[in-house]
Formats: sequence, structure tokens, C-alpha cells
Amino acid sequence: MEYAFVLEKLILVTVIFLITLGIAAYSTLAERKIAGFIQGRVGPHRAGPWGMFQPLADGGKMFFKEEIIPAESNRFLFIAGPSLALLTASIGSAVIPWGRALTIGGRTIELQVTDINVGLLYIFGVVSLGVYGIMIGGWASNNKYSLMGAIRAASQNISYEIAMGLSIIALLMVTGTLSLKGIAAQQDGFWADGWFTWNVFKQPLSFLIFIVCAFAECNRTPFDLPESENELVAGYHTEYSGFKLGAFLFAEYINMFVSSAVMSTLYFGGYNFPFMHDLGLSENVVAILGVLALFAKIFFFIFFFMWIRWTIPRFRYDQLMNLGWKTLIPLAIANIVITGIWMTVKDLI
Amino acid sequence: MNLFYLIAFLSVFFSLLVIFSKNPVYSVLYLIITFFTFTIHYVLLNAQFLAIVNFIVYMGAIMVLFLFVLMLLNLNKDSEPLKSNIVKIAGVVAGMCLLVTLAGSVKALNVSDPLVLKNPDIGLVQNLGKVLFKDFLLPFEVSSILLLAAMVGAVLLAKKDPKKV
Amino acid sequence: MSFSERIYLPSILKGLAITFKHIFKKRETIFYPEQERPVSENWRGLHSLKRDEKGRERCTACGLCALACPAEAITMVAAERKKGEEGLYREEKYAAVYEINMLRCIFCGLCEEACPKEAIYLDGPIVEADYLRKDFIFGKDKLVEAPLKS
Repeated sequence: MEYAFVLEKLILVTVIFLITLGIAAYSTLAERKIAGFIQGRVGPHRAGPWGMFQPLADGGKMFFKEEIIPAESNRFLFIAGPSLALLTASIGSAVIPWGRALTIGGRTIELQVTDINVGLLYIFGVVSLGVYGIMIGGWASNNKYSLMGAIRAASQNISYEIAMGLSIIALLMVTGTLSLKGIAAQQDGFWADGWFTWNVFKQPLSFLIFIVCAFAECNRTPFDLPESENELVAGYHTEYSGFKLGAFLFAEYINMFVSSAVMSTLYFGGYNFPFMHDLGLSENVVAILGVLALFAKIFFFIFFFMWIRWTIPRFRYDQLMNLGWKTLIPLAIANIVITGIWMTVKDLI
Repeated sequence: MNLFYLIAFLSVFFSLLVIFSKNPVYSVLYLIITFFTFTIHYVLLNAQFLAIVNFIVYMGAIMVLFLFVLMLLNLNKDSEPLKSNIVKIAGVVAGMCLLVTLAGSVKALNVSDPLVLKNPDIGLVQNLGKVLFKDFLLPFEVSSILLLAAMVGAVLLAKKDPKKV
Repeated sequence: MSFSERIYLPSILKGLAITFKHIFKKRETIFYPEQERPVSENWRGLHSLKRDEKGRERCTACGLCALACPAEAITMVAAERKKGEEGLYREEKYAAVYEINMLRCIFCGLCEEACPKEAIYLDGPIVEADYLRKDFIFGKDKLVEAPLKS
């Protein structure tokens, strides 16, 4: 192991972690601002200019609130739940390629923590682990509403994972690789060989299924049944207060950030942007612009998550299950078949 | 190699905890950790695809269902049925029989040659896919039919005939 | 349902378009402490005990307001005007103590209607929140209008 290599990765991990936390913190502000704008209000505006310090104030409030652990709860698991939720949410970003390689003084620096060749499946695994935090926390609270929320979360996540996996298979048939770096590199530029290079134009149905499943996996409206407050008080985090509650809420925003990054990378070209090679800029400048492009896409998706939240009402539980099992899974399988036929026909011609 | 011993120790340790913990939910949680150590074993063997599939399917799906069922059952000391002495003796006898069988079969085994893989990259997705879809195509498809049959059977069992009820 | 209704996507897109338009609409927010909403003509807020054009208190402590009050929020102690206090009180009898319990008051305005001397009006702002019950009993120090400047 080279020391420079270790140092490089260490810096990258730290920077990505801090960016993740920062974006998650400011997503809470953005959510309230966007909610305000859509409802003809202004949102938080007292803490600093445009409410810029609101996340700090919220964080401070969370820290200083009383931590309540219910007497009949399982103490260890009660604490383990939110910690696990936060952990699984933040390790997902390890395989996302944030940009093209930078070259500084003859050294190539990859803007990706690690490029494992099953990167996509890794994200999938991390997502499927995400439900444990909610389940353990909900069960350990020893509260009916929490348990109901936990059970809803578990069944919802398992159901939508299947549709998500099937939708990705169609995408993988086109890309032929599981490495996110490879997938991002294939979507170079914007236009090549008479068609768009971005996967959303090659697999629109797959993208549609994926984004619906991403909403369900992140427990976001219209699929936020695990915490639907008009039925279950607050769902799995009914008994939580103080910083442990904050950890659960924070995990949701981190999940939103990571899934936005995954969607941008898989379907919207990742760090690629139109005319990236025609501007006559040096490779490093293109790489940095690419990082900015990726973040612009991520911000758009985070905005989209919030936009949907203030537009569509919550699904009923049977509607959720019907949509997952009877609509999305058959659609995803049909998409695989169509993609297979199309690829065979294209090879024959 | 030291890493292997550490992980192997952890696997054995957590699988023992699965058996010895009284709370069934703890058992399942220990089982999840055990599966996680298996995932690390697969990674050490350079079988990345198997590792990640073990991670997704066992840790992410099957164990979630286990936990799901156990949380609904809410097993504790009060609801646990009393076990008579005959059941306990039968359990001990059955366990001993299993132990003897295992010991005998281990004794019958020869010490295998140190495993040398002809192709160390066989565990990577691409190579594994080629092997599965070229050399072992028939068994692969037959097993998929088996899974389909199991699924149809489960649906049939779960779905009651409305006329008979 | 038709096909387009069943796939639900067109209606989602329509909804998204509507909410997106709302982002650019005028904000309805009034920034309260700095900016106050105009109140209607028959608004009833905090009471004020009026003075006449010479700056004398109009109240004569007749007790009609206390009688009219359905919530029994008003108490008063009457006193006789001494020599030399003609500049302070208009009538020969005045209210030495005049208290309204703001937690009891329902802001119905009956005291205003009952007053024969036009001494009490409910033309003030909203009563502010406080921590202790005793602080909601407003005496003359808070109710009487500021003296005229001359």
C-alpha cells in the first residue's frame, strides 16, 4: 500500500462523508422551504438570511432535548436501531463515481472511493439492510404503533426490492457491467451513434419503475406508510426523542441523497454532460465540471423527491402492495423480455 | 490467513450465540451477523458475486422475513409452552445421533489436497455467468423450474378455495 | 376508468405542474411582529380606558361594565374625587382600582356597549402571551390611555 494512495482515499472518504452530512442537513431546510413555496408561504426565514442557520438550530434542539427510553423497551436494541439506520444510509455512497479521474502532477486520482465490480449489487445490498434499523428500532420500542410501522417498513421494502432488482436487470442487459464506474463511463457525452447515450433514453420504463421503487425504499411520500402519522402516531419512531429521533430523520435524508446519486449515475449520465468534449477544455476542468454536473442532477432529484411529497397524497396500504406486486413486477419482467427481443433483433440486423 | 482465522472464529462464535440466546429475536440478529461473516469469507475467497448475493438474499431478504415473523409472534417466557421431560430426552438423543453421524462422516473424509483454483477469477460475475450459462446450463434451468414449482405450490397453499370455506 | 386514468401518470404530471406553478405565485405570508394584518372595523382586542379631550379619565366607576360582563372579568373599586384632582378625573366619582382578568375575558364587547360614559373601548391589539396567571390581571396601569401631551 502506498501512503499517498491511503491518504488520497482517506481525504475522499472524509470529504464525501461531510458533503453527505451537509446535504442531508440542508435537505431538511430545503424540504421546509419548498413546502412553503408550494403552499404559498416562505418557509423558515428567521435563523440567519433565508433561514440558512435553521439546520444548525434544529440540530442543537435535537441535542438538548430530553432522551427518553421507554421503561419496558429493549434498551440495547432501542439505541442500536437509529445507529444502524444512520450507518446503512451513509455507506451506500462508497461506490458512486463522483467524477472523471483527476490528474495532478502525474498522479491519477479517481473520484470514487472504491470501484468494486459488483458495485450496483453492493448498493442493492446496502439498501436491503436499511430496513433493519427501522425494524429493530420499531420492535425495541415495545409499542404497537412502532411495531406496526416496523412491519410495514419491512414488507414494503422487501416487496419493492424485487421490482427494483428486476428493473435494473433490463438496464444491465444494455450496459453489460455491474460496475458503476463502467456504467457512468458508457454514458459519455450526450449523443453518440444516432441516439442519446444516457440510459434513461434507452430504458425509460426501467427508470420509471426504479424511481417509484426508490421512493418506496426511502419511505418517502406517497409511500411513507411506516410513519404515516394519521394512522400510526409517528410509526416506527413514535417512542423516539432527542438525538435518536434525529438519527432516524437524518437517515431518511441521507437515503434520499444516495438514491438521487444512484439514479443520476445509472440513468442520467452521472458526471457526464452534453458537449463535454467539444468545449476544448483540459481534462481536469472537464472532470471538475462533471462533478458539478453530477451534483446538479442530484439536487434536481432531491428537489423532485420533495416536489412529489407536496403533490401526491399517501397511498393506502393495499394500493401500495397492489402497485408493487401486480403492476411494477409484471411491468419490469415485460421490460426485460422486450429488451431481450430488441437486443437480439438488433444483433441480427 | 490471520484474517481468515479471525473471521472463522467470529462465525463460530456468533452461530453459537444463535443457539444459546434465549430471546428468539436476538437469535435472528446473531444469525444475521453470522451471515455477514460468511459474506466476508466469500470475499476472502474472491467470490464477489456469491458474497454480494449472500448479502442481499440472506441478510437483506430472508432474515428480514424471519425477523418479521418473530416480531409478530412476540415469543417470551410466558407464552412459551412447557416442555415435558420426554421431549427433552428425545431432543438430547436426536442431538447425540446427529453428533455421532457428523463425527463419523468427518472421520471418513480424507484430508483433501490444498485447494488450488485453476482460475482464481472464477468468482467474478462475468466468469461465473459464463460457467453457469455454458457448462451448467441444464442444471441451472432445472433448478429455476424447481423454484417456480415451489412458488406455485406456496401460492396454492396460501390461497384458499372460496367455495370450500 | 380509461387507460390513461388507470396508469395514474398523467394525473401525477398534472398535479406536479400545478404545484410547480404555485412555487412562483405570490407568498401569502405576513411577517407578523414587523408587519401586521389590517383588522376589521368591528375588531375587538385589548380594552383601553379613555380620557376626554382635556385628558381626564372618563370612567365614573358606575359598575355597569362589570354587571354586563358575562365572564365576570371586571372588578373595580370606586373612590371620591378630592379637591384638586379635577384635572385627573372628569366625574366626581372615579375608579381607584379597575382590573380586567384577561384569562376570563371573552372579548364580547358588552362592557363597551354598557358604558354610559364612553369610557371603555376594545380597540387595542391582541393580548400577549405570558407565563403566570397573575400577570393576566390587567390593572389601570395597563388599561388607561396615555395622558395627553400638552
